[in-house]
Amino acid sequence: MPLLALSGLRKQFGSHVVLDDVSLDVEVGEVVAIIGRSGSGKTTLLRCINGLETIDQGTIVFDGKALPRDGPGLRELRRAIGIVFQSYNLFPHHSVERNITLGPTITNKLPLADAQKIALDVLREVGLEDKLHAYPAQLSGGQQQRVAIARALAMRPRLMLFDEITSALDPELVGEVVKVLERLAKSGMTMVLVTHEMGFARRTADTLVFMHQGKVWEKGPPRQLFGAPKTQELETFIRAVLEPEA
Amino acid sequence: MSRDFEWPEFVFLLSAMRWTIVLSLIAFAGGGIGGLLLAVARTSSIKPLRWLAATYIGLIQGTPLLMQLFLAFYGLAVIAGVRIDPWPAVILAFTLYAAAFLGEIWRGAIQAIPRQQWEAAAALPLSPAAQLRYVILPQAFRIAVPPTIGFLVQLVKGTSVASIIGFVELTRAGQLMVNVTFQPLIVYPIVAVLYFALCWPMSFWSLRLERKLDAALGIKRTA
Repeated sequence: MPLLALSGLRKQFGSHVVLDDVSLDVEVGEVVAIIGRSGSGKTTLLRCINGLETIDQGTIVFDGKALPRDGPGLRELRRAIGIVFQSYNLFPHHSVERNITLGPTITNKLPLADAQKIALDVLREVGLEDKLHAYPAQLSGGQQQRVAIARALAMRPRLMLFDEITSALDPELVGEVVKVLERLAKSGMTMVLVTHEMGFARRTADTLVFMHQGKVWEKGPPRQLFGAPKTQELETFIRAVLEPEA
Repeated sequence: MSRDFEWPEFVFLLSAMRWTIVLSLIAFAGGGIGGLLLAVARTSSIKPLRWLAATYIGLIQGTPLLMQLFLAFYGLAVIAGVRIDPWPAVILAFTLYAAAFLGEIWRGAIQAIPRQQWEAAAALPLSPAAQLRYVILPQAFRIAVPPTIGFLVQLVKGTSVASIIGFVELTRAGQLMVNVTFQPLIVYPIVAVLYFALCWPMSFWSLRLERKLDAALGIKRTA
């Protein structure tokens, strides 16, 4: 049984169809990278998975349970699904440590000392244990994004969602975040990423999903999609992202 | 035979100023609680709540404070069936008044927090109440400090309206002293200076508090 099963998802903003009959299974330990032009629906798809966007039709089943629209049931599932955003979205008025311990202490009701131990652990995983008492404004974009990853990891999620998490970073800061992602993938974390980092997608993803006009246009191992695209749209897209100047 | 404005008259003004302060504090405390509820209701996802809060704020902001004071004074008297003391009326009117204005100021501060902060909190996943308490309100507080203190200054001066229904605060005490001394050009400037002495430190304190909150967030001021 897949950890996450999306079937027949449809979503409209007004008359604009953002997701059109999207189905996708994600197995435990699988790394799925979603690529596509902006406006192809990939970010919306990701946000539907943890209920930040609602769907008009279809079902989202996580770990055998259908995702409810809201309420305590949705919160319960979100505990197991971490998400990292493009703009980090750290809480600027809390220290790095408090950003990370909020979920464990408030949601999971862990004693503060236990949560602080978790905070140190997850910060080590992203290589920022020395920033425990810093405030977000004192960190670089790459460091903030790594803290955001640590914050999500502190909930010990079973699935991690990443929404273009390197897109807002200066080019020289992308590498440190990608490195954390690769390490996380290697550790066996189930991951769904929306990304523009083609090198990373090719190296690390088990499955590549190319979205176009709200549909899953092509899907398969990265080698196959990059090497032998079946559709004209994917071919054009790959050429555009690999040779942006041409 | 009229009295001169001397030390006992000044002490009379000072002791009446007490009631200006007490009324301001009660209105601010009561209005603060009401304002917080209104701000949360105004930003709630529940439509009837939003509508109720907006209607209340619209009514209070759209009518003169003096009318609200008369309504509270005569309204309470009708309910009680006797002529009542001004105290409950001024407390009621000023609390309702302060709640509407603080509610609107704080609604603005809550809505100034980017949607992404709510989403990040919801993804953790904090409950809606915890999202407000740990993520949204502390940040909104920082934004709300200057306009809140600005309103508090208005409120302190606004309590002078209570003099009209016979509530003896600083302005009413000034009128009484003018009546016995016939020296309005001495008494009223002193009354004005006393208001200033109340209000100016608040503005000053607001600036210091802002700086302190900025420092706590690691924000450096450019100016």
